[in-house]
Amino acid sequence: MKAKFLVPLFLFLGLAGFLAFGLTLNPREVPSPLIDKPAPAFSLARVDDPAQQFSLADMRGKVWLLNVWASWCVACRQEHPVLVDLARRNLVPVVGLNYKEVRGDGQLDARGMALDAETGLAVERARRWLGEHGNPYTLSVLDIDGRVGIDFGVYGVPETFLIDGNGKIRYKHIGPITPENLQQVILPKVEEVRRAG
Amino acid sequence: MIPELGHFSLVLAFVLSLVQAVVPLVGASRNRAALMAVGRPAAQGQFFFVAFSFACLTWAFISSDFSVQYVALHSNTATPLYYRITGVWGSHEGSLLLWALVLAVWTVAVTVFSRHLPDVFLARVLGVLGCVSVGFLAFLLVTSNPFERLLPGAPEGRDLNPLLQDPGMIIHPPLLYMGYVGFSVAFAFAIAALLSGRMDAAWARWSRPWTTVAWVFLTAGITVGSGWAYYELGWGGWWFWDPVENASFMPWLLGTALIHSLAVTEKRGAFRSWTVLLAIGAFSLSLLGTFLVRSGVITSVHAFATDPKRGLFILFLLVVVIGVSLLLYAWRAPRLSGGGSFAFVSRETALLGNNVLLSVASASVLLGTLYPLFLDALGMGKISVGPPYFEAVFVPLMTPVVVLMMFGPFLRWKGDTLGPALRRVAPAFIASIAIGVGAALAIGHATPRTMLGLALATWVVLASVQQLAARLGERPGASSAVRLRGIPSAWWGMWLAHLGIGVFIIGVTLVGSLNQSLDVKMREGQHAELAGYSFVFRGVQDAAGPNFDAARATLTVSRDGVGIATLQPEKRVYRAQGMPMTEAAIDIGPFRDVYVSLGEQLPDGSWIVSLYYKPFISWIWLGCALMVLGGICAAADRRYRKLAERDAPAVAARQTA
Repeated sequence: MKAKFLVPLFLFLGLAGFLAFGLTLNPREVPSPLIDKPAPAFSLARVDDPAQQFSLADMRGKVWLLNVWASWCVACRQEHPVLVDLARRNLVPVVGLNYKEVRGDGQLDARGMALDAETGLAVERARRWLGEHGNPYTLSVLDIDGRVGIDFGVYGVPETFLIDGNGKIRYKHIGPITPENLQQVILPKVEEVRRAG
Repeated sequence: MIPELGHFSLVLAFVLSLVQAVVPLVGASRNRAALMAVGRPAAQGQFFFVAFSFACLTWAFISSDFSVQYVALHSNTATPLYYRITGVWGSHEGSLLLWALVLAVWTVAVTVFSRHLPDVFLARVLGVLGCVSVGFLAFLLVTSNPFERLLPGAPEGRDLNPLLQDPGMIIHPPLLYMGYVGFSVAFAFAIAALLSGRMDAAWARWSRPWTTVAWVFLTAGITVGSGWAYYELGWGGWWFWDPVENASFMPWLLGTALIHSLAVTEKRGAFRSWTVLLAIGAFSLSLLGTFLVRSGVITSVHAFATDPKRGLFILFLLVVVIGVSLLLYAWRAPRLSGGGSFAFVSRETALLGNNVLLSVASASVLLGTLYPLFLDALGMGKISVGPPYFEAVFVPLMTPVVVLMMFGPFLRWKGDTLGPALRRVAPAFIASIAIGVGAALAIGHATPRTMLGLALATWVVLASVQQLAARLGERPGASSAVRLRGIPSAWWGMWLAHLGIGVFIIGVTLVGSLNQSLDVKMREGQHAELAGYSFVFRGVQDAAGPNFDAARATLTVSRDGVGIATLQPEKRVYRAQGMPMTEAAIDIGPFRDVYVSLGEQLPDGSWIVSLYYKPFISWIWLGCALMVLGGICAAADRRYRKLAERDAPAVAARQTA
């Protein structure tokens, strides 16, 4: 057996080692540098009444979820029934961050649209969507230009943040929440944070 | 009842595959004819039961049996019959069953067309194919049973993913699997050669048509998939370097290297261990592709369900099949080296050069696909690798491949002198560069990429013409009809496939350079201009399909006042899943496609419409079609049948001696 003929075998075994390790990783899981850091402060207009503002400080003392969504987001439609079910069970308040409702929609060209026209369109689209699919949110706020999303490090919709009573981010879930995620990861984390704080 | 029969039939197929894997291999090593003879009926029986099982699943789909979980998740009573049938392979379990069926089809084809193979060799080939079947049938039965019951049954099914409800999806997966799995035959031939320790021109001649046919299916499958993405995803792209696409492209690159390496092994006896390694590699990459697609280690737009148990099982299968083959290779391949010697300047060198480049290209696609995984595993962060990497790597690798591909046929086997060879090709080569640069300037898009693409394409075309002229000039005095008939079909195969590469390059280059697009807001009666075409929006009507509701827009397209086409793009919502889909409308032409897709309706009643002008895009598919046609010509060469008959007795005599 000559050594050079073993090269393909060793290359393959190295590759297989990586693949085996890869199976233990979740490619959708990106560690957030914001975990256990104070959530970025924000104050945004509410979907149900754009004249009113909602700010992070309003939730002080509560353990809650901030769920990033938009009506153009297909994966949000998949996760929505899970959130509606969660709201019915009244386990933890969920605030919706409606992210770039108009300008995030790849099918729409919002360039040149005036900001209040865009806000109006966003409110209408968001309400229509909540009307059709059910509203699981304590309330939703409008992140028209996506600045708050950027502060939170949002890079895909949907994402969900668990925030504790001191306003610190304790956990981040990327992608649609499945019933298994909710039951096995998110709700236990909520319990853990409640007990700790 | 019928689903249970299907499940039971799959178990029987598994048992027969065990017999097919073990008995003939034992028989071959002990030289017992009775044991070797078991291979053929076991393989045919295995095919029968897998096919019956597949038919049972198809029946469950046709009859909308929603007490079968897989059917309830991927079909609906409103789904049209043909999409209920293609729904069988619309997801994980069914597509694995299709995998197993295709493998059984190839195995049966080997038993039918193997009359001229020596018994010992056939027994080993069937045994190796049986081992692969054992792995996949076990995978199906243990982790992915498509006949799992859902009790009580669902009243209505969830319907097939709307993206897959398309004519392209009817044929894309079967073609692709025929290609993927077809490399298992070349693989089994290679392993049989390693086991027997002998590998000669006859071996290469048996392998060649099988490998070429698998390559033809793979080429056709990738082409159909790319065409599907072009008109179904709604934004006119045709290749995305997505991990799942790469998974089919890697075996294609290595398979291309393999069919060329086999040619050298047959004609000159050289490259033997290299050919075996390529055969193992091509099939390994097919398996790796299955792993990447099915295990969820890599995220992809194809977003298949991920289940760690399945990933672990395929990885285990991968390690056993590839690991054992490569170990066997390390043990036996040293005996295969040698063969015909050749000088540095020779056709062998040109082919070897291209083989190495294609393998490097395949490895770089693998690297790009797995790089995010490597970094993640090493704790170096999460990244994604996109088209810029692949384009940056691919163009410099493929440029010499195309140059050598057309230069090689001008060189003689064994040895040639460089000077006269260069003088033969120099006029065409220099003319190509001049025409490429000139044409890029003429179309007003003189970027290095356009110039390079057009020069390479011209080189392919000019060199093809020159090769044909030289071939026709070989028999002076004969009439042109006699001369044409004198050219073997295998030569035409090579010629057409290489010409296809040239046509393909023209398409890729020009659609990349001259592509134009425009997103506009339109309401009834308004018009828009793009690339000299005028589009008038005639309004939107509601239309209902069997399982979807659609808004169908009508646009009339004209150029210089002359009407060209009426296009009706749709925006569909599939009822069962509430999933919106865009259905583009395309006016296909030989020199350009006009492509329209319908976006959202705005609150003021107007619609967002995306207009695309795609010059020469059909040339991409035309080039691929020429490659497929070339492959068919090459595989159909009469030589294989005649020589197989002539060699068989001699080889059989040697094997038993």
